[in-house]
Amino acid sequence: MSQSRSALYLRLEPFLLPVLNLGLALLVSGLIIFSIGENPLKALQVIFQGSFGSGEGLGYTLFYSTNYIFTGLAVAVAYHAGLFNIGCEGQAYVGGLGVSFVGLYLGGLPAWCVIILGILAGALFGAAWAYVPAWLQARKGSHIVITTIMFNFIGSALMTWLLVVVLIKPGQQAPESREFSNHAFLPSLKGLFSYAGINLGQSPLNLALLISLTAAVAIWFLLWRTRFGYQLRVAGTSPAAARYAGISPENFMLKAMLLSGALAGCLGLNELMGSQHRLTLDFPAGAGFIGIAVALMGRNNPIGICFSALLFGALVQGGGELAFEMPHISHALVIVIQGLVILFCGALDQLLKKPLRRIFTTTV
Amino acid sequence: MVTLPRFLNSFVFIVFVFALALAAKADAIKPGIIYDMGGKYDHSFNQSAAEGVDRFVKETGITCHEFELSNDAQRTQFMRQLIRHGVNIIAAIGFNQASAVEEMAREFPLVKFVIVDGTVNLPNVESVNYKEQQSSYLCGMAAALVSKTHKVGFVGGMDIPLIRKFAMGYTAGAKLIDPSIKVIVNMTGTTPSAWNDPIRGGELAKSQFGQGVDVVFHAAGSTGLGVMQAAKDAGLLSIGCDKNQDSVHPGSVLTSAVKRVDVAVYSAFMDAKNNTWKGGPKQLGLECDAVGYSLDQYNRLLITPAIEARLNQAKADIISGKISVPEYK
Repeated sequence: MSQSRSALYLRLEPFLLPVLNLGLALLVSGLIIFSIGENPLKALQVIFQGSFGSGEGLGYTLFYSTNYIFTGLAVAVAYHAGLFNIGCEGQAYVGGLGVSFVGLYLGGLPAWCVIILGILAGALFGAAWAYVPAWLQARKGSHIVITTIMFNFIGSALMTWLLVVVLIKPGQQAPESREFSNHAFLPSLKGLFSYAGINLGQSPLNLALLISLTAAVAIWFLLWRTRFGYQLRVAGTSPAAARYAGISPENFMLKAMLLSGALAGCLGLNELMGSQHRLTLDFPAGAGFIGIAVALMGRNNPIGICFSALLFGALVQGGGELAFEMPHISHALVIVIQGLVILFCGALDQLLKKPLRRIFTTTV
Repeated sequence: MVTLPRFLNSFVFIVFVFALALAAKADAIKPGIIYDMGGKYDHSFNQSAAEGVDRFVKETGITCHEFELSNDAQRTQFMRQLIRHGVNIIAAIGFNQASAVEEMAREFPLVKFVIVDGTVNLPNVESVNYKEQQSSYLCGMAAALVSKTHKVGFVGGMDIPLIRKFAMGYTAGAKLIDPSIKVIVNMTGTTPSAWNDPIRGGELAKSQFGQGVDVVFHAAGSTGLGVMQAAKDAGLLSIGCDKNQDSVHPGSVLTSAVKRVDVAVYSAFMDAKNNTWKGGPKQLGLECDAVGYSLDQYNRLLITPAIEARLNQAKADIISGKISVPEYK
């Protein structure tokens, strides 16, 4: 009896723990909101209403989630190869350059062709930006955490220079490119959602959501259902064992980072082709870093990542609405709430694990 | 059912339209403001706008809906939200919002928009741009006039066209006084964090001091606070930016290149309230004291009457067109 109970608990643990951690994070956030004299329950309600309460809110939530699915997957793929890719921000930014080149210069082609080229270009540029740190780690032994962080800065320097000097639309202050050709606008999902009776309103939700979900399924299949994925995970879990089995960990390091950079590079599809329709300064806006938290919380599993991306999308969208509806809760406090969720779900993941296991698995 | 004669029918209709128009006119203005990603309290540009809002709120008792952005997609999202909440004049602070303002102004032709540091050519948009090069020019002159080493420095925030405009005006002003003067220009960074990095600002200033600079001008938001601190610690001079920062370190801040964003926001809201608001581009410069150098009790001892006279002469010459200040395009 207790045997089966503990087995049941262990099966439920991957779902139960994140929910409990999220609850703890919201509890602490509530205390902070209470301490500044606002009603925490109302704040929670505003976040929930804002992110899921209307079709438009849902559209924005899913729009942000799309970004996080891409970057979360990127972090996860690298993680399975034993690498900590902190450079998704830079890879996404430079990937956006590839997407923009297609949008700006190849926009005359048929729309379907432009979109496919956009995906390829984003992936290619992102992968290229990830390749250098990967090569340095695999061949020269410099640590990937350091090099990818540095490449974020090099990437932003490159992009700022391009935007300020080369790609800027003449006669304006804002460092942004001219608008893409309209063949490079990713189609909205309004039509699709209206079949389900949901009106997405003015939200920028677009085809990139489906592309990101497809990528999630593809990554799951690749990692757990193919020989390549198995070798990659072996190389990541134990490089020595991999080498003994005839797998070169260095090779898989490179391949995993290329794949990771390619996934991050696709962020530009959603932000640029899907929403802004031009290349803007600093468009990833931290999505590359949030991807780390998304991957951690999703336990580096594509399905988990989709759910945690949904949570973070809801926090960004609901947090924006919260700052709007309750002016005393400033933008900074919204970041505190998001940070607490990351803290409890990511860093303090083990906090509840031991006590819960002790309670539910008495026989172990 | 009473059927009215045809002419009476149209008469009723006209009265009805008039009543509507009157009602709309009597409708109080509801202002809203969207700060850029630097945030409302950036000690600089956005905060200056916030001061304009505060003044308007204090004087009229009308509340203003405020929002601070955290990503690109939120620009149109929260302009729309403001409009749904009945806001009928929106001030968008910062050049990054120009595209969003254009999109929203097309979608909502009855809502008034004010864009600061950008231009949108639509009838319901007031585009306010400042001639920052003019105030920077005067500050460059002041720096060159007090510099003993014939080397002056500039620390910019993020490397964007606006900051290059500051650097260019500053350099030209310094060269007017002393054609052989050396102007060392540094930018803090290429990410938005360059606006908020006082430590790096201080390091850049120190490195310039090491090269012999004795007056440094910052156009770097909060980063500039580090620049000014470094100048104070080294016993040298700094020049503030956007807001009047003379009081930050009295005796060490030579002057400030002031940019009155507060005036633009305040007067736009006031005009809207008094029904005198008009769209269109506005170039605000020295002629209306929208930009300028600051002079108060904190820097009175640094800006001698001779320097003051020189700067005021240059100011008059710039206004009259006798001096043309180069502009970064």
